[in-house]
Amino acid sequence: MAKDEPTPLERFIRGILPENPVYRQLLGMCPTLAVTASMKAAMTMSGAVLFVLFCANVLTSLIRHLLKPHLRILVFTLTIAAFVTIADRFLAAYMYEMSKQLGPYVPLIIVNCIIICRCEVCASKQPVLTAATDALGQSVGFALGLASIASVREILGSGEWFGLAVMGDWWIDWGIMILPPGAFITLGLLLGTANWIGSGRAKRGARES
Amino acid sequence: MEHLSQLVLIAFGAALINNFVLKYFVGICPFLGVSRRVDMAFGMGCAVTFVVAIAATLSWTFTYYILRPDAPLTAWVWQKISPGSTAVVDLSILNYIVYIFVIASSVQLVEMYVRKFFPALYKSFGVFLPLITTNCAILFACLMVMKYISEEAWGLDKAITLAVFAGVGFTIAIVIMAGIREELDHCDVPRPLRGAGITLIIAGILALAFMGFSGVDRSLANLLK
Repeated sequence: MAKDEPTPLERFIRGILPENPVYRQLLGMCPTLAVTASMKAAMTMSGAVLFVLFCANVLTSLIRHLLKPHLRILVFTLTIAAFVTIADRFLAAYMYEMSKQLGPYVPLIIVNCIIICRCEVCASKQPVLTAATDALGQSVGFALGLASIASVREILGSGEWFGLAVMGDWWIDWGIMILPPGAFITLGLLLGTANWIGSGRAKRGARES
Repeated sequence: MEHLSQLVLIAFGAALINNFVLKYFVGICPFLGVSRRVDMAFGMGCAVTFVVAIAATLSWTFTYYILRPDAPLTAWVWQKISPGSTAVVDLSILNYIVYIFVIASSVQLVEMYVRKFFPALYKSFGVFLPLITTNCAILFACLMVMKYISEEAWGLDKAITLAVFAGVGFTIAIVIMAGIREELDHCDVPRPLRGAGITLIIAGILALAFMGFSGVDRSLANLLK
């Protein structure tokens, strides 16, 4: 193993900010845009992704010596599909309203690029502990990304946050923010902001050194 | 006549009113990744349309005959296994696994076909052709077909219409996007927004424009009556 291989803890931290799946890697855009009209939906989605990513990463890491190169993507997808079925049935049984609201976006986790990407890049090469922390870090990063977009959209679009009214009565809802165009524009602007902050920091770092 | 007008409504709805990319946010990855040049965007759109049509046909067949509760083929096999049983066999828990298998194999098929007959196109696709497997638009079409079979007992013709025109809608959206991005190369975009940022904002404005189609289906239905 190479010397500069990150430790499990570093991998966990790395997933949260420096390699944030939403803002840095631009992975898993479909759920990012689709379920962020309200915080509740966004957090349920993050929970489902956390479960699937964790289980898929651990399982892939356990069977990594058995994987054949040309079949591995298929194996990943089938593993993920099995766990997504579990998550979907669970949501339908215990959180029926939410499952109705999320609709097809729960099964769409199967083709979420984040999970396949983590299985391919990390879990198929690393021991179980590393794969598990990597999965946790990436899903926390994903949840943070989703939370930031959902906060902006829910507060501006319906004057609420997690269903609690935060804006006063004077606030007029921006209907467009909870509709599809609002999702695209919010993500575009937040992405620009993230890049702007990142480039400012890089410049300062260059000047100091 | 009734049936034909339903098909027209489904086609119109899938292509424009409920555009996959701009309304349901599926297929965003190729929409951001392959929309730099119009010809490549068009090729990608055609590939997706082709795969989505095959995948929806196969998944309709599997769902209708095998997977749904009390499907004819499963019920027949069950009767052979335990004659006289009145239990309803429901294999719908296998839905997602079967769909993803169907999609992966039809992508493989398209890849072989394109490599044999259009080598130039194959080279320009590069990594994007296998990536169609993980394109959410295709799984989403399968899931919609699944939903409509259980809710409205859709036939195969409606499923194919939905899939083909959803692909056409995807092609329309990605070609418009590529056209705008070709012009964008000559513009002075603020540095942090370059790349994905400005593309997403343009997609938002496009989605706003496509929202203008909502409600058209109702007047179209009145017209066809």
